[in-house]
Amino acid sequence: MELSGYSATQGQLDATFAALADPTRRAILARLTQGEASVMELAEPFAMTQPAISKHLKVLEKAGLISRGRDAQRRPCRIEAAALKEAAGWLENYRRFWEANFQSLDALLEEMKARKQAEPIDEEERPK
Amino acid sequence: MSHKLTITTTDNDREILMTRSFDAPRELVFEAMTVPDLVKRWLGAQNGWSMDVCEIDLKVGGTYRYLWRGPNGNSMGMRGVYREIVRPERIVNTEVFDDAWYPGEAVETVVLVEREGTTTLSSTVLYQSKEARDGVLASPMESGVAASYDNLAEVLESMRVEKA
Repeated sequence: MELSGYSATQGQLDATFAALADPTRRAILARLTQGEASVMELAEPFAMTQPAISKHLKVLEKAGLISRGRDAQRRPCRIEAAALKEAAGWLENYRRFWEANFQSLDALLEEMKARKQAEPIDEEERPK
Repeated sequence: MSHKLTITTTDNDREILMTRSFDAPRELVFEAMTVPDLVKRWLGAQNGWSMDVCEIDLKVGGTYRYLWRGPNGNSMGMRGVYREIVRPERIVNTEVFDDAWYPGEAVETVVLVEREGTTTLSSTVLYQSKEARDGVLASPMESGVAASYDNLAEVLESMRVEKA
């Protein structure tokens, strides 16, 4: 339930998730996980014009999810793992919150088991 | 070694399903989930937060009330009504947060299955909309933007496949 520190990155995360909301952009990212590619190479499997792909690339670049190489001719795109990781880490909070809860519950259950064993009298302490 | 926690979406895009096993008979797990002094020991008691109020009226139509206090004077509360109670295997209840960041109340179904002394808990929470569910996954205990978990998961999955 540690909640501080989210707002600082909120703007960036909004951009990340907005960029991820489009199926073509997700497909582009998936393709880029296999290595960098030029606009032309990216356009190929999508049956899309290069300008249409370029538009998607701009959104991804603005969200920090990809970067473009300097090579003026090719300007290869590559995935920026850090931005993805940050977004994933943010979602991980839900998991971490419950992991921590259940680890406490593990400890509590061990204690309850030990107590039951120490008190062989069949005294059910359940509330009615 | 603690058991693995799984958190998944289901065929229903308004649901979150969470499963976790415990090395204890389900009577004990049920007790730990329904007796206030025990609930206080584990639910949300982390990172400087503690459960100040835990009131449970464990009967169909009965209510529960949880209130946590955290650092910097923050607090968070939730409440709900029990719809079904089958001791020690099933609880269905509604849940609403005081400052809900998602619309409407959610319905949680907890099922406890015991096998050879190990209890598997499955908790299914049904929200009123997909947006509400996505918002919860994105930010469990704080109001936040509703982010699309599925979209990210898809990309992360392709990254994992790539690494393997």
